[in-house]
Amino acid sequence: MQISKILIPSAIALLMGTALIGCGPKGGESTEGTTGSTSGSSEKVSGELNIEGSGTVFPIAAAMTELFNGENPDVKVTVGKKGTGAGMEVFAKGESDIADASRPIKDKEIKALEDAGIEFIEMPIAYDGLCIVVSKENTWLQSITIDQLHKMWDANSTVKKWNEIDPSWPDAPLNLYGPTDAHGTFEYFNETVNGDGENTRQDYSQQAEYDPLIAGVAGDANALGYVGYAYVEQNLDKVRVVAVDGGNGPVEPNGDTILNGSYAPFSRPLMMYINKSKMESNPALKAFVNFALGPNAPEAIRASGYIPMPQETVDIVKAWVEGGNTGSKLSGAKGATLNDLFGAH
Amino acid sequence: MNGALSGANLAHIRKRRLKSQMFGALCGAAAFIAVAILLTLIGKLLVDGLNRVSWSFLTSMPSQMFPAKAGIKSSLVGSMWVMALTILFVVPLGVGAAIYLEELQTRENWFTRFVRINIANLAGVPSIVFGMLGLTLFVYVFGFGKSILTGALTMAILVLPMVILVSQEALKAVPKSFREASLAMGTTQWQTVRRVVLPNALPGILTGIILAAARAIGETAPLIVVGAVGLVTFLPDSVDDRYTVLPLQILDWAQHPRAEFKTAAAAAILVLIALLLVLNSAAIIIRARAQKKV
Repeated sequence: MQISKILIPSAIALLMGTALIGCGPKGGESTEGTTGSTSGSSEKVSGELNIEGSGTVFPIAAAMTELFNGENPDVKVTVGKKGTGAGMEVFAKGESDIADASRPIKDKEIKALEDAGIEFIEMPIAYDGLCIVVSKENTWLQSITIDQLHKMWDANSTVKKWNEIDPSWPDAPLNLYGPTDAHGTFEYFNETVNGDGENTRQDYSQQAEYDPLIAGVAGDANALGYVGYAYVEQNLDKVRVVAVDGGNGPVEPNGDTILNGSYAPFSRPLMMYINKSKMESNPALKAFVNFALGPNAPEAIRASGYIPMPQETVDIVKAWVEGGNTGSKLSGAKGATLNDLFGAH
Repeated sequence: MNGALSGANLAHIRKRRLKSQMFGALCGAAAFIAVAILLTLIGKLLVDGLNRVSWSFLTSMPSQMFPAKAGIKSSLVGSMWVMALTILFVVPLGVGAAIYLEELQTRENWFTRFVRINIANLAGVPSIVFGMLGLTLFVYVFGFGKSILTGALTMAILVLPMVILVSQEALKAVPKSFREASLAMGTTQWQTVRRVVLPNALPGILTGIILAAARAIGETAPLIVVGAVGLVTFLPDSVDDRYTVLPLQILDWAQHPRAEFKTAAAAAILVLIALLLVLNSAAIIIRARAQKKV
């Protein structure tokens, strides 16, 4: 960093004027100081922490960071949201401490980490539910099976009308709405419904963001779409959520059914992958991991619209993480509960 | 026969006049639509976000937990760092290159032709390509990491062609007689450029630099590629630090499911537009004053 050393003085001269807008020196203290002094019970740590990964997990990571910084104002945290896949690439380069993920790590990503000599610890932090939504004007659809969804969404599907799926449904066009392939939710849905993360029909209304998706479904009586639970919760005045029948009768998504797994197969854990050797050398990372499994984390998770894990699960995951256990339990695991996966080590 | 001709002529004239009027009406409509879209946009932003703009909005850090208290401090300061450093890097390079092309190497040869063609082409390259270049060159080859330094250097090469072209125009606008008069007094080329040409070209060059600064504040895509990050919980205190910028903060809030963040996004857009308006007005004022002087 020779060059930057030379550049700093000249840059500072130029920044004297612009820094005024930042209002005072080291302004971070002025806002965070109040919260930090009240809750700073345990020893404070300092250092740097880089988190990169899923956009789905970003709100949780950002909310946790905010509360964590309240206790440890001297830790410099960055949180990115390039997506689970991109986050894993950065993680495998050793550039980040934590990779946020809305799906379990893939075999090829594990391979990349092995090649780079990076050991990782898998840490589930919260639950997310995927919801099927229709317009409030839709009177016929109370629940839907995975098989019906598969008929609608499969890559080879030629279904154009509602009554092609079920004759009791109206002879009206079936208008499908979903996210683009940039979203973790896209992969999750296709894997669950069509057996492969990439397998989907192409002629649906592809939305890069969830707001237009919700708006599209809300204004179209013949629409059906899928979105993450966090987005539905904010929009229950605009769209109606449909119960999903995963084989054991229709179940409505809510905090309870998503957590206990009865809202199957559309409830999923969200994860953070931790660089093990960095956790051993970086006290800030260790403190953050403790925070993410600590008593203040549920507040951050709820504020982001997701569902905290029950305390029993948190304790099991905590034992797993503190034991320094590496490798993935979730990769390739279908249907098993977190307690079973992480408890039996 | 004469009468028939003039009758045909009259009809012809009427037709041409009608065409002309239609042309005027169409152009007027086009102008009206452009302004109407802009006003609608700004009006909607003002309705959504004006209440949210306050001093504490500028001086608070973003917040995931308390959207009503969220501010743009980190992104605003990040944008200022990037803009200031970009200008620092681009001014000597851009103005230097322009002086070389306009004042020193006035005779056309293969080299100047090559440079000119390249600059003109670079000005049309999509910004994301500069992002990829910055990622390879500054992040990995030079090892500056995903720092403010990398972001500013990337922005500097992005706006460099623009600064060179505008500076060249400004230098061209200085009458040749000024240079000849100065050189006839026995001055060196350095003295002529410094004392005669540059002062006269300065308003034009400044305009270019300010427009470049405005571009540097508004760009997002290349900065995402070279490592501007969604959330930073600290203010950068050296050029090695990670950072975020205003447009990225706006993107983050605009995509957020909670409605309070949409208001914050509208307010942040208003701040960004206000900044750009100030910069662009400064450019216009400088140009107007320079024209008055000439």
